[in-house]
Amino acid sequence: MYGVVISVDGMRKRYGSKTALDGIRLEVAPGRVHGLLGPNGAGKTTVVRILTTLTAMDEGSALVDGIDVRADPARVRMRIGLVGQYSTVDEELTGWQNLELYARLHHLPARRARTRARELLERFGLGEAAGRRVCTYSGGMRRRLDIAASMVRAPSVLFLDEPTTGLDPRGRGQVWDSVRELVAEGTTVLLTTQYLDEADQLADRVTVLDRGRVIAEAAPRELKSRLGGDRIDVIVREPGQLERAGELLTGAVGGAVHLDPETNTASIGVTDRLAALDNLVRALRSAPVELADIELRQPTLDEAFLALTGDGDRR
Amino acid sequence: MTALLDGYLLTRREVQRWVHQPAPVVIALLFPVLQVLIFGYLFGGAFTVPNGSYLDYLMPGVYALAMMFGLESTLGAVTADLNRGVTDRFRAMPVRRTAILTARAAADMLNSCAGFAVLLGCGLLVGWRAHEGIGPALAAVALLLLLRFALVWLGIYLGLLVRRTELVTAVQILVWPLGFCSSVFVSPSTMPPWLGAIAEWNPLSATAAAARELFGNPGWGAQTWAGQHPVVLAGCWPVLLLLVFVPLAVRRYRRG
Repeated sequence: MYGVVISVDGMRKRYGSKTALDGIRLEVAPGRVHGLLGPNGAGKTTVVRILTTLTAMDEGSALVDGIDVRADPARVRMRIGLVGQYSTVDEELTGWQNLELYARLHHLPARRARTRARELLERFGLGEAAGRRVCTYSGGMRRRLDIAASMVRAPSVLFLDEPTTGLDPRGRGQVWDSVRELVAEGTTVLLTTQYLDEADQLADRVTVLDRGRVIAEAAPRELKSRLGGDRIDVIVREPGQLERAGELLTGAVGGAVHLDPETNTASIGVTDRLAALDNLVRALRSAPVELADIELRQPTLDEAFLALTGDGDRR
Repeated sequence: MTALLDGYLLTRREVQRWVHQPAPVVIALLFPVLQVLIFGYLFGGAFTVPNGSYLDYLMPGVYALAMMFGLESTLGAVTADLNRGVTDRFRAMPVRRTAILTARAAADMLNSCAGFAVLLGCGLLVGWRAHEGIGPALAAVALLLLLRFALVWLGIYLGLLVRRTELVTAVQILVWPLGFCSSVFVSPSTMPPWLGAIAEWNPLSATAAAARELFGNPGWGAQTWAGQHPVVLAGCWPVLLLLVFVPLAVRRYRRG
């Protein structure tokens, strides 16, 4: 299949009596970031484990860079990089020692491995920290070192399993930048995440998994538009006025309003943006509600996800 | 060839870690030294053995026990690598899969040799001596290290099997009664008969008794077959353990 780097069809996996994957289909085009999105236990990590030859599937077919995962796992391992959920670099060693080890484990000769380790450290902005032990690194630096360690042989596909779990916003930003650069250079990335804004930020396409099945596959933008258009947020100054604001929104726009007492925000979906705003502004003019802000925005993937799985309670 | 190189690189990784983080290694080395002090001096006055000094009886037992406690560090290291995803990461790379296990075994054996050297020095310092000459003494050292090697593989298998940290702690605690239900500190003849029989057939006792015989240190005057053929037992037990647990560990590892 030309123009497809990952091709999965009918992938099934059972652990005892529990079905982990129930017929997954997945296609990833070269040079793209593909997001696997879903709550805990949806099967994201199992898909990654099968594609990285760590777990055998029960049924179905899977090709990575044109190689059959089942028939030739050793060759698949030559073409992929895997960055798992936890940092696997050694805390006690320096950044340089870590990368030199990974370069040698990818069977580069000793001298070439040293040069490559230095290149990668520079490339991921860790040149100055090269001689320091990893336990002195920030979370974001560690993750970048993890990614660098999987880029020794410039793999065709990089698997990132929840790469920013546990990172602060700055660390996440750094990791996102690194991923964007890799993709700009032509690496294909399969990314699993629970963070919907992460998929939104990085992914060209998103496959949404729920309980081992694909429940949607689309570009993030498309996924949002399936929700039925944009949303208006009204943020009140006084918490006591939140309900009143909600009533106003329903009256002006029509439909179900969502109240969030934590942020003092009333939110509602709209189909005709201009008419809705016009009605709302007129209703507010005569109402005793003091606003902190008002916002017209696209729905977040969180909201899209809730709409797709249909049950908000589970999360 | 690549398997050898991979094995060497992963062993080097362990050694580099020790160099950068020596504290746990040093503590692990000093732990058996502490046993010598506690049992040799604190309790030792109350213990007697039929023919000879208690310290001469004790030291080979402490050597054997140190080999046994090595099981805990192997187990801990295997599960730590598993739980941190390090093992999976290596498995998804073009690294020979067997190299990951053999490197663990090699690194732990290096560590054990270093620990054993410190402990032998400590023994000599407190007055323990080998009386049978260099040949038998080396044979005793070899049998002790053979036991450690067998227990490395048991540790690898158990580590791959239990995985969860709470269970690892449970196994680590279980090592204690197994270690003490032996001829390491006291003669099995002082125990209730059923317990004495277990202690006597314990692989740890076999190696301790064999080391006593080869070092020319006093034994506990056993009249039973197991007690009178410790060298044979000390050779057979580890080989048996290896025959069982090497294939089990490799199979478990391949299955993922």
